[in-house]
Amino acid sequence: MAVDLFERPTRQRSGQGQQPPRGPQKRERRWRVTERLEERGRPSRSLVVALVLACLSLITLDSTAGDASPVEPVRRAVGEVLGPVEVGAAAVVRPFVAVPSWFRTHADLRGEIGDLEAENARLRTEVNTADYDRNRLKEYDGLTAAAEDLGYSLVPARVVGLGPAQSFSSTVTIDAGSQSGLRPDMTVLNNDGLVGRVVRVTRTTATVLLIVDADSVVGGRVGSSMELGSVEGRGQLGSTGRLDLELIDSSEVPKRDDAVVTWGSEGGAPYVAGVPIGRVTAVYSSLRETAQRAVVEPYVDFAALDLVGVVVPSGTASDRAVIEADGSVR
Amino acid sequence: MNPGRAAVALAAVVTALVLQVTVFSHASWAGVVPNLVLLVVVATGLVRGAQPAMVLGFVAGVLLDLAPPADHVAGRWALALVVVGYVAGRVRQDVRPTAGSVVATVAACSFVGTSVFALTGVLLQDPALGIGEVLEVIAIGVFLDVLLTPFVLPVVMGTFRRLEPARATA
Repeated sequence: MAVDLFERPTRQRSGQGQQPPRGPQKRERRWRVTERLEERGRPSRSLVVALVLACLSLITLDSTAGDASPVEPVRRAVGEVLGPVEVGAAAVVRPFVAVPSWFRTHADLRGEIGDLEAENARLRTEVNTADYDRNRLKEYDGLTAAAEDLGYSLVPARVVGLGPAQSFSSTVTIDAGSQSGLRPDMTVLNNDGLVGRVVRVTRTTATVLLIVDADSVVGGRVGSSMELGSVEGRGQLGSTGRLDLELIDSSEVPKRDDAVVTWGSEGGAPYVAGVPIGRVTAVYSSLRETAQRAVVEPYVDFAALDLVGVVVPSGTASDRAVIEADGSVR
Repeated sequence: MNPGRAAVALAAVVTALVLQVTVFSHASWAGVVPNLVLLVVVATGLVRGAQPAMVLGFVAGVLLDLAPPADHVAGRWALALVVVGYVAGRVRQDVRPTAGSVVATVAACSFVGTSVFALTGVLLQDPALGIGEVLEVIAIGVFLDVLLTPFVLPVVMGTFRRLEPARATA
């Protein structure tokens, strides 16, 4: 060891010979310890290379294969195990989250406020879609009406996990899965409007991609003019979360406060028609882009999501009560 | 790392992951929550050195990539946390870390970890975000991680030290 060879003669020459003879030995041991610590701090090169390569191959595997990714079964398996844990943890936490509201009001007042809020939300939804409904009625088309199953059922679910913004994707876990009749590409909404769509299910949980996610594109329709367009998320949650609406017809300019509802997809997947998305707050047009771009403020407060409903075909077998189209609970 | 220590480390990571997704989502700031998993990896790096921290970082990252509600390309958090494990493990090992050095390490690791994750996202276009939003998220993330450090790091580091007393006192 090079360190010892230099260290010992130096010590003897510097005139510290009167110290007990175990001095140099002690010194030597300390050096060895320090050296071992330095070895410990520095990871072996092969491990660094192996771990980085493992990460890169995982990324390549998952990003190139798309939907048929071999990672998908693993993802599902992890979800099957951790999903119920998340549901359990959320159930434990929920009462504590509600603690502040106990101090604000009495139980009866809270009930009354809850009822009023529900009524408010229902009325707001009615107002938001009034234009759309009127137009829809006017353009009533026997063929589409016959083909389309207008009534749909809702499976109620609670949000149990929120993806951190550090992951730069807006996703939540809900506590209903394939046992409750959920499948990927189902519409998720709450009493304010459109929340998102189901992207992945396990037996007891499902992952929902919120419409504010930067990857989310929803077919939208301006309620007052029935114009079609696409609504894209910006990847921001909370009160600053906005959506961009791009209309297909570039000559059409949406008005401020126009309500935007879903256009609806074939067979109701991933989005059923007529769910309110948000209201137009600003309109931009640029020479570079051929279409108008409008900013849409979503009706749903994504920072405070709790109870949501998943749209399922009526008559779906489920492990929980399903809200039918006529409002009855089955 | 013997099986017992590995099991404890894994349990710490899973606990951190579940708490991060369920409990701290109620206390998020603009959607950003304290990255508890990253804190566990940093604690491992400070107590045990880079090698175990990188292995744990990889395992924790893969879990973070796969556990619901994650929906990004798998392997991105794994790469970010391997780098975090390396950085945390390279902090001077021969002295016991002081409170100041622990906080500084957490801040650096939080910055590096979220940045590596964001950079892989830019390379993969998953999703394409503006640099301003990314920097805002990173800044809030660093702040929250540092805020949680006094409550999380002493507990986790203490647990790891008790499991490995000989090395920790050296």
